[in-house]
Amino acid sequence: MLKIDNLTAEVDGKPILKGLALEVGAGEVHAIMGPNGAGKSTLSYVLGGRPGYEVTGGSVKLAGVDLLELEPHERASLGLFLGFQYPVEIPGVSFVQFLREAVNAQRKARGEEAYSGGEFLKVAKEKAGLLRLDMDMLKRPVNVGFSGGEKKRAEMVQMGILDPKFAVLDETDSGLDIDALRVVGQGINEIMREPGKGVLLITHYQRLLEYVQPDKVHVLADGRIVKSGGPELAQRLEDEGYEAVTA
Amino acid sequence: MSEVATVPTTRDEDWRYADGDYLAAAGAEALARWRTIEVAPGETERNCEVRLSGPEASGFVDRLRVHVGKGGRYEHFATIAAGRYARIEIEVTLDEGAHFEFGGVTLGGGDKRQEFVTRTIHAAPNCTSNQVVRAVHWGRSVGNFLGRIEIPQHSQKVDAAQNFRAILLEKGASANAKPELEIFADDVKAAHGAAIGALDDRAAFYMASRGIPPEVARKLLVRAFVADAFDSVEDDATRDDLVERTLAQLDEAAV
Repeated sequence: MLKIDNLTAEVDGKPILKGLALEVGAGEVHAIMGPNGAGKSTLSYVLGGRPGYEVTGGSVKLAGVDLLELEPHERASLGLFLGFQYPVEIPGVSFVQFLREAVNAQRKARGEEAYSGGEFLKVAKEKAGLLRLDMDMLKRPVNVGFSGGEKKRAEMVQMGILDPKFAVLDETDSGLDIDALRVVGQGINEIMREPGKGVLLITHYQRLLEYVQPDKVHVLADGRIVKSGGPELAQRLEDEGYEAVTA
Repeated sequence: MSEVATVPTTRDEDWRYADGDYLAAAGAEALARWRTIEVAPGETERNCEVRLSGPEASGFVDRLRVHVGKGGRYEHFATIAAGRYARIEIEVTLDEGAHFEFGGVTLGGGDKRQEFVTRTIHAAPNCTSNQVVRAVHWGRSVGNFLGRIEIPQHSQKVDAAQNFRAILLEKGASANAKPELEIFADDVKAAHGAAIGALDDRAAFYMASRGIPPEVARKLLVRAFVADAFDSVEDDATRDDLVERTLAQLDEAAV
């Protein structure tokens, strides 16, 4: 479903990804773990198309479409969702307004009819309930004044409403307490555990993986996947550390 | 009835960011003309205006002198999206307990030069003022806010606030802020802030990552930005109308 081949990318002229290869099949959840500075966040930004993250070689295909040819908003309409490690605050724009614009822009790009205000609110309410986020919070400006945990829950609500084919979740578990972690884990399972969907979970720690069982675990170090394995690899990393496992 | 015998030039502090050619063409008499508004004690008067431009509009200079009686309130909300040179100047004198509320937006491209100039004289104790100005510019246009706040010695317990922020959508556009606080009373609050920057590119990418195209993202961000200036418009419909008419000018811009 997502196929990354020999991907190289740099930031400010400094090579960060150095020939990364990865394939996530439909219906699968893969986890990427790795030490600080390995290139985990860079990978998520490159997939999302963030300006300043320059691809210097290789290819990325999502459902057979060349992702790197598309603008960031076109990638979203194709079905890519990027969960941010640090969700951005946007004063003066309410979540409801923001998400309705997003959903309808995506629907329009796919040739579907835009949601009416009522239809949109119905979907939003359902997904917010799933993630135990108070609907009133969605009336507030995007992420403004949200705690770390609330921001991550709100990311999951967005994912639920946008209903992507493929989600790249960058350290969605950081800053979460145990209850929030469970809720977010359930959210990922309920929203993304479907035959036609895929997830790339980027994480530092193994704890989110207790709630979202990955099909495969990859270790990213120095811009490359250096080791891949089953879910047991995450536990080994937790017990023995990156250096010991990848040595 | 002319107060200035000579044409002001950009060497005058109060006209330093003005368009010298426009001033020379307008002439001393036209520029010395003031409209006056008298707000009776305890009364409220409100002005809302969106000054738009036709392609040939050369501009305007509007000068307004307002006196607000005891406990009265004067509100002025304005968008300037007009002319080669456009200036709205408001001089307000506040009696005891009176309030001046001002919200202004300059928005333009090309070679436009647009400015708000305010002089708020807190002539008695307990009077208050709040001014919020937002500027959105592209091309080689310029947005200015010159705001003078005067609080003489006997005017205790005055609360005066002023805030200016500018977003420059393109290189070449610019903005000038000139706050002037003349405070001689010691028990007062006077706050002012000014910031000039570009559109938040992190917010723009965040929006793009959710599928919002850049032109829609820009409009949402600019809407939120200019809406600050009209936050204190009490009536929802009036406020929305001001914001929408202001934003319509952004649509006409080929940024």
